[in-house]
Amino acid sequence: MRFTKDHEWVELEGDVATIGITAYAADQLGDVVFVEVPEPGKTVKAGDGLAVVESVKAASDVYAPISGEVVEGNPALGDTPETVNDQPEKAGWFAKLKIADKAEFDALMDRDAYEAYLGTL
Amino acid sequence: MTMLNVGRPTQPQTAVPVAHASLTGARGLLQDEALIFELGGWDKTGVDLEPAALDASDLAGLTREAPIGLPGLSEPEAMRHYVRLSQKNHAIDLALYPLGSCTMKHNPRLNEKMARLPGFADLHPLAPISTAQGALQLMDELAHWLKTMTAMPAVALSPKAGAHGELCGLLTIKAAHEAKGQGHRRLVLVPTSAHGTNPATAAFVGYDVAEIAQTEDGRVDLADLEAKLTPDVAAIMVTNPNTCGLFERDVIEIGRLTHAVGAYFYCDGANFNAIVGRVRPGDLGVDAMHINLHKTFSTPHGGGGPGAGPVVLSEALAPYAPAPWVVSGPDGFKLVEETIDEAAAGFGRMVAFQGQMGMFVRAYAYMLSHGTDGLRQVAEDAVLNANYVKARLSGVMSPAFPDGPCMHEALFDDSWLEGTDITTLDFAKAMIDEGFHPMTMYFPLVVHGAMLIEPTETESKQELDRFCDALIALAHAAKAGDVDRFKGAPYLAPLRRLDETLAARKPKLTWRPEPTTVAPAPLAAE
Repeated sequence: MRFTKDHEWVELEGDVATIGITAYAADQLGDVVFVEVPEPGKTVKAGDGLAVVESVKAASDVYAPISGEVVEGNPALGDTPETVNDQPEKAGWFAKLKIADKAEFDALMDRDAYEAYLGTL
Repeated sequence: MTMLNVGRPTQPQTAVPVAHASLTGARGLLQDEALIFELGGWDKTGVDLEPAALDASDLAGLTREAPIGLPGLSEPEAMRHYVRLSQKNHAIDLALYPLGSCTMKHNPRLNEKMARLPGFADLHPLAPISTAQGALQLMDELAHWLKTMTAMPAVALSPKAGAHGELCGLLTIKAAHEAKGQGHRRLVLVPTSAHGTNPATAAFVGYDVAEIAQTEDGRVDLADLEAKLTPDVAAIMVTNPNTCGLFERDVIEIGRLTHAVGAYFYCDGANFNAIVGRVRPGDLGVDAMHINLHKTFSTPHGGGGPGAGPVVLSEALAPYAPAPWVVSGPDGFKLVEETIDEAAAGFGRMVAFQGQMGMFVRAYAYMLSHGTDGLRQVAEDAVLNANYVKARLSGVMSPAFPDGPCMHEALFDDSWLEGTDITTLDFAKAMIDEGFHPMTMYFPLVVHGAMLIEPTETESKQELDRFCDALIALAHAAKAGDVDRFKGAPYLAPLRRLDETLAARKPKLTWRPEPTTVAPAPLAAE
């Protein structure tokens, strides 16, 4: 699993990347009340808005950590946005992307680097 | 002698028993209150109407067959319901209402009296122009003073709220760009501390939004702005004074840089009460700014009435203003309703009629009753009061921007609560028990655990002291470890902590009768 400074995580299986927000991000957001996930077929570049997450505190964009084409948005989050709080780095995933360039994945932080980064916040 | 041993005791009671819960759940004169739908049934009505005698409908089969489901209440029941509800609410007529960025100030009753004059209050928007000359004159003079106070040549009076004014401003900017062959511009720049309505408005008009970074002292980062001002930028939207309660010192440079790339400078005028009579936005390079009549000029808001957000426009944008507007001529005042003949470039109109006439009357009455010296004092007192609050509370709370004075609102962060296990939310809830409406919390987003206090210019020193004393006492309690006082607050409100998460995740937006409620058959037509 790799991470971004904007607190997204990516897990790669073959050429399909699963993307979500980290436990730290979910905790900072507070109770998530609404999630908008992308439609399949949408293409995104790294850094583009991928999804929207809204908590009792604020609405935030979730950025694509990596370029690719959306294969699937997590259908469960519509009815149970609390999954993002309960299992942020598992069932609370936002979208799956078919990626073009694995180098983008490799360039992201690993867990140790991400945790070190959290320590600086 | 004859002993009088009946009647009520004449000695004061020495030992008052401890309070116990009432038998009905009511709290003395604070009555419990159900929803009006739960109170009302089908067997009562407050009015005695003749049965409708319609035998034909023009609704082409769309006539409602099922009962409409409105609750039936007698007049005293309806009256008591709303009076009871009003007693459960905080109101500006009860105490200081320090909701930052909202300018919850006193609404002078003179405004209300003027707005209720039958010539204004009973005027139909489609009344013949010859019968509405007084109203048009008032609109014309209101427009004159708004233009004068802002040094702008044009104003669109019709927008009905601040965000509606933003929409009007950006539609005007879009029309201007399109008229000049610049319709390809896609981007609107907004500072990170902006009101959420700014990026929302830009997105609604179809623009992409990019954020401008903020400096450590809470102002627009000029270097970041300059880097982002590309030929693709249509406009920037800046609030001044900004939502941190600070004057944008570089505002003239912001305007110059913006114009240099052919973009327009939209100013969010929500905080105009801090500078009215002292600074004219037109002198700062602003191209469009909405004025919240319901903030700066004291018409009621925050549940108290409709808003009004007229937009003043610069020379460059004036030709693109929406209809209608008032013009005067030898035959008196008239309304220009179409932009096609008079100014081909106007983008259309914002509303069906002329705008919020009642707000126009209130704002105009406020202006005339204050005069130029009084309006200048509005800004001075707004700033003085906020700085008084900031100075008094800085001893116990942590100001977000301690250096230098603030404008009309004092912003604190939550670093002073560190280690207490008490959050900004808990602190705000405890304020309710002390009889005050909480301040704006967690906004602006750029300040951690923000507490944004706007006392407004209409509060006396006595009321400011009462408020500051309460907050200082609460702050001491927080630091002394009196956690329950905060975690359980409010203790003295009709409802305690509400489940905001559940309300957001599973909102109940309609009320439906219990299945046992039987509606009667519709009345047979005569």
